[in-house]
Amino acid sequence: MSEYKTLFLNEKDSVAMALSDIPAGAQVTVKAEEREICVKILEPIRFGHKFAVRAIPQGDDIIKYGEVIGAAVVPIDVGEHVHVHNLEGKRGRGDKVV
Amino acid sequence: MTRLFNEKLQFWGYRRSDGRVGVRNHVLILPTITCATQTAQRVTELVSGTVTFIHQHGCAQVGTDYDQTARTYAGMGMNPNVYGVIVLGLGCETHQAHRIGDEIAKCGKPVQTVSIQEHGGTLQTIAEVAKIAVKMVQDASMVQRELCDFSELIVGTECGGSDACSGLSANPAVGRTSDMLVEQGGTAILAETTELIGAEHLLANRAAHDSVAKKAYAVIKMMENRSIQMGVDIRTGNPSPGNIEGGLSSLEEKSLGAATKSGTSRLEEVIDYAQRPTKKGLVWMDTPGHDIEQLTGMVAGGAQIVLFTSGRGTPTGSPIAPVIKISTNTPMFERMNENMDLDAGTIVDGKETVGEVGGRIMKEIQAVANGKLTKAEILKQHDFGIWRIGPTF
Repeated sequence: MSEYKTLFLNEKDSVAMALSDIPAGAQVTVKAEEREICVKILEPIRFGHKFAVRAIPQGDDIIKYGEVIGAAVVPIDVGEHVHVHNLEGKRGRGDKVV
Repeated sequence: MTRLFNEKLQFWGYRRSDGRVGVRNHVLILPTITCATQTAQRVTELVSGTVTFIHQHGCAQVGTDYDQTARTYAGMGMNPNVYGVIVLGLGCETHQAHRIGDEIAKCGKPVQTVSIQEHGGTLQTIAEVAKIAVKMVQDASMVQRELCDFSELIVGTECGGSDACSGLSANPAVGRTSDMLVEQGGTAILAETTELIGAEHLLANRAAHDSVAKKAYAVIKMMENRSIQMGVDIRTGNPSPGNIEGGLSSLEEKSLGAATKSGTSRLEEVIDYAQRPTKKGLVWMDTPGHDIEQLTGMVAGGAQIVLFTSGRGTPTGSPIAPVIKISTNTPMFERMNENMDLDAGTIVDGKETVGEVGGRIMKEIQAVANGKLTKAEILKQHDFGIWRIGPTF
């Protein structure tokens, strides 16, 4: 049903990747190993960028490749763009040292 | 286990007196001090077959920082892609040319040392170095290539100007190539410690011994502590603005993509910057993520060829080692075609598998080892940069 290519790397992941530019409002189907997840894209997602495949509460780890890539700094809805505005890296954070 | 490559691969290389094999036959004019780099450059304009590099180091350096720079110079000279070396000093610098020259000479190749102060200035020195170079280049041209096994190869791997495709296409393909190289008895270097922060546990789990796993965690901790001690968020430097534009959101995300370059082989050892691997197989060299500094470290460590993946595109090359540049996506491969050698964007488009591209990279390594010029060589991209670990005094 979806005309936009996406990539979901690991069953544990909370994000998927756009393999084409996806406009806001598009319905995409993310193919996982044993299921399909339908996501309504809330804002434009450019090629190579990520969107949430499930709701991520503020402070929760964000998972890609089945591993932690950072934490949510605000609550993130399904279909939202996940990037530096709402995801923070947790490593090498000298700025967080008191 | 099924073999990744069904034949034993060989290439035509230059056997050196210490037994190592080069894929190029350069005469290197090696300035140990920034003050001598311009003179070295003039000589390469006069004498065909010579190469050099510009840098800003070699004086007022102390301790481990002094040692690391010295090791890098000597390693460049000892790289088997170099037939012979003319070490050029000013005369008064901390990195004395004759000391570097003596170190390189231990591997048995022709080495001569020249000092600008002793030779009475720039013009006399250019004439002196050029005369030595003419003879060395002619001697080098008499060396014949011979058939060598892939087990003689040390291949560096790196990624720079990464995008979100890096971890899906070019890096996993290079990982497959890395596994194929290891299967052939060769050596693959994984580098850029900074860009393994967040993925270190995956590598430590593949370590040959506990001591190797411990060193993997130790070099990660040291690298991460540098940003913590500075009181800065490492993301102010890495991922870079180009990485972020390409869709990478954090260093951890970039690292998990970067680590796929290492394939699935056992991690044999973790070595210092510009150090020669003591084992064959997969080794991790402790370098920063900076493209040119890690490239220089691996080449000084003896890599004859380097694989370099990029999503944003890069002109990078080395004065003495061919760098095969692999794009993560096809649009960039087409846009920057004079800089890129291979395209792994076919994986994203579903036209080729990771294994197919990995095999294609192996074939390209063979062609380049046999003498095929890379784009960076043709464009004279002679990049060089030393990872400095102390202040200049």
